[in-house]
Amino acid sequence: MNVQVTGPKIYFTFDIFGLEIPFTETMRNMLIVSAFILIVCLWLASGLKKVPKGKQVFAEWLVKYFYNMVEDTMGRHNLHFTPYIGTLFMFSIVGSLSSMVTLKPYTSNLSVTLTFALMTTVMVWFRSIKTNGVGGWLKSFVDPVPVILPLNIISEVANPVSMAFRHFGNIAAGTIITSLIYGALASLSNMVLGWIPNDFIANIPIFQLGLPAVLSLYFDLFSSYLQAFIICTLTMVYVGGAGPEGD
Amino acid sequence: MNIDSEAFVQAASAIGAGLAMIAGIGPGIGQGFAAGKAAEAVGRQPEAKSAITSTMLFGDAVAESTGIYGLVVAMILLFANPFV
Repeated sequence: MNVQVTGPKIYFTFDIFGLEIPFTETMRNMLIVSAFILIVCLWLASGLKKVPKGKQVFAEWLVKYFYNMVEDTMGRHNLHFTPYIGTLFMFSIVGSLSSMVTLKPYTSNLSVTLTFALMTTVMVWFRSIKTNGVGGWLKSFVDPVPVILPLNIISEVANPVSMAFRHFGNIAAGTIITSLIYGALASLSNMVLGWIPNDFIANIPIFQLGLPAVLSLYFDLFSSYLQAFIICTLTMVYVGGAGPEGD
Repeated sequence: MNIDSEAFVQAASAIGAGLAMIAGIGPGIGQGFAAGKAAEAVGRQPEAKSAITSTMLFGDAVAESTGIYGLVVAMILLFANPFV
């Protein structure tokens, strides 16, 4: 049984001002998924009519879903965050689901999810400074008593780290468990069919039929949706909490 | 029996990875508890089902953090071992 879990493949490296920037499988898959989302969005948004029909019903449902999500979590005065939240959601979920068409899901790369989390952190800081001023923002670190400063700094760092690890861990664990199951089922089929002298028949992995589909339903479909939902909700909660209160 | 140091470190890391996954117990209990409470809440107020479900999923995902930390530690020990 050989199950290998490695980092993304490096295709070639750019050389920009002496910095060697590798072009990896992750980046390739991100470009493919971005192009796919762009094309689907252009197709969905083309030929809009007053009375929705066909694909326009789906497009309107999707847009409405994001607006409702943002309104429920952040309030009506924060509705202008919807495009970002929608982009994050689509980018995350399509990326995780891309494992179904045998692309390596880029959300199982810590760099990608850490980027999501760092964008959230920067937005939180920016909004906090915009609302309270630099002084008020710095003061929030020593809020009840100055002794608590180290704890506040730790929790400020722990938020993005735990966000990134959660998304990465769930998707990566799904990938690893799925590949382990495929390996185990292959050796199980080999054990059962091994007595047949014909090499071709003995190597047919019969147990790989059907069984992994049930697991795939959880690890690919459910987990992908849930993690996209979670990272969007956390972003909305943190960013909404940093800004001004609504009326 | 002679065991070279690298094999010993790898074996210890594999055991450590297994021990790290004990962290999975906590989130399991916690999430089960949350799901039970959510089921109770739906039984009491079936009309609030969607709000209860999304609140439960959100809470579950946050409660999962400690388990995920254990998983990350286990994965680092297995696939990106800093001690080998």
